[in-house]
Amino acid sequence: MVGIVGYGAYLPRYRIKAETIARQWGTDPEAITRGLQLYEKTVPGQDEDTITISVSAARYALRRAQIDPQEIGAVYIGSESHPYAVKPSGTILIDALGIGPNVHVASYEFACKAGSEAMYVAYSHVKAGEMKYALGIGADTSQGAPGDALEYSASAGGAAFIMGSERVVAEILFTHSYTSDTPDFWRREGESYPRHGGRFTGDPAYFKHIMGAATALLEKSKMSPEDFKYAVFHMPNGKFPNEVGKRLGFKKEQLEAGWIVPWMGNTYSGSSPTGLAAILDVAKPGDLIFMVSFGSGAGSDGFIYRVTDEITKVQDRAPKLREMLDNQKTYLNYGEYAKFRRKIKLND
Amino acid sequence: MITARYHREIPQRYRLEAGKCLACGHLSFPPRLVCPECKAKKFETVTLSDEGTLVTFTVVRVASDKFSKETPFPVGIVELNGGVRVTAQIADANIDELKIGQKLRIVFRRIQDDGKAGILCYGYKAIMA
Ligand SMILES: [Zn+2]
Repeated sequence: MVGIVGYGAYLPRYRIKAETIARQWGTDPEAITRGLQLYEKTVPGQDEDTITISVSAARYALRRAQIDPQEIGAVYIGSESHPYAVKPSGTILIDALGIGPNVHVASYEFACKAGSEAMYVAYSHVKAGEMKYALGIGADTSQGAPGDALEYSASAGGAAFIMGSERVVAEILFTHSYTSDTPDFWRREGESYPRHGGRFTGDPAYFKHIMGAATALLEKSKMSPEDFKYAVFHMPNGKFPNEVGKRLGFKKEQLEAGWIVPWMGNTYSGSSPTGLAAILDVAKPGDLIFMVSFGSGAGSDGFIYRVTDEITKVQDRAPKLREMLDNQKTYLNYGEYAKFRRKIKLND
Repeated sequence: MITARYHREIPQRYRLEAGKCLACGHLSFPPRLVCPECKAKKFETVTLSDEGTLVTFTVVRVASDKFSKETPFPVGIVELNGGVRVTAQIADANIDELKIGQKLRIVFRRIQDDGKAGILCYGYKAIMA
């Protein structure tokens, strides 16, 4: 049996309300809160980035897995906000957590699905018998251009998953990836903010790829939506994951546990992985979980998990995602937010 | 901060690795070559607890250039479980709520950068537990 042996998520404590951003730009807050179902989002502290978020999430995953970090054979971090353009984020993480130096490390990039890619490859290494444990992380501190629609959603957070074959808490039963050249969202080298194709980001991108991966995954597994206790899809806003779930035949109750985006925002590479962490926090032995990520450019990774008896032993060993989401919040005004996100031009 | 020095201090800055005197058990953080208690020269490496108590603190309102955008921020002395005391910035803090004796936890944060093109320096800070 191969799957997740430990998981952990981390969210910064700072928040900004969608209403605060809307008022700054003279936009109707209702259009955002009701239209996109986004109420507030996480903002990283001035001393937080993809690496520090990954370290916090992975530390919780280690606490749950209770394994020797030296036995981890690979560390992959998926993000579109790696602090260095050249120098993998994982090199810093392994030294912070006492992993390695006998370890394979790489940074992954694929817009919002870099995290699920890291999980996918980590899982495959263990399944191939190449190593005992592998760590896959999705984390981001993404930015939207000031006044752009993305500014309401781009947030910060991440989740880490240790894959292994002993004391598995969620077995991975099936995987499937679906990818095509779709220019829905991109950022050219050297640009500060990404560009997107507006309405083009919906049907030809998000919906097509998630539906493609999901349909293939259901065919492969010979399962149907009603077999699953939970489902989680990439969450660029509150509306899309519910809509794609509906199109595939999932019900609202299956999506609720992982639907954290209205209060968290889109944590990009951390989006569906943090949703999965929120589900694992409340899952019971035997539950089946359906997960499909989405990354612009574009592609989707799908996973089917079956929760094991081990889950109840690990759930309370580290903070749960909803506790981090609902408690210990510090709200920022737009000026503080602009300073935190270094949107203000300073003298060098 | 120069790259070589930062690199040398990684075990302490990232993982709180201390030297435990094999003769008398005294903990030195950062590790030393000679035990300040018994003058012995043999040590084992131990990792300090990431939980502790706030011994005292001050609030920095006028900081050096590198930290001037983060003011006001508290800096405290934290007694980690096991007795070793470290000086650390207290992150995410509501200064009005901070109290001597309160429980803190050590976290991994970005400390500073070596200019726009230089290396990023990470290390420990404390947060309210
Ligand atoms: Zn001694």
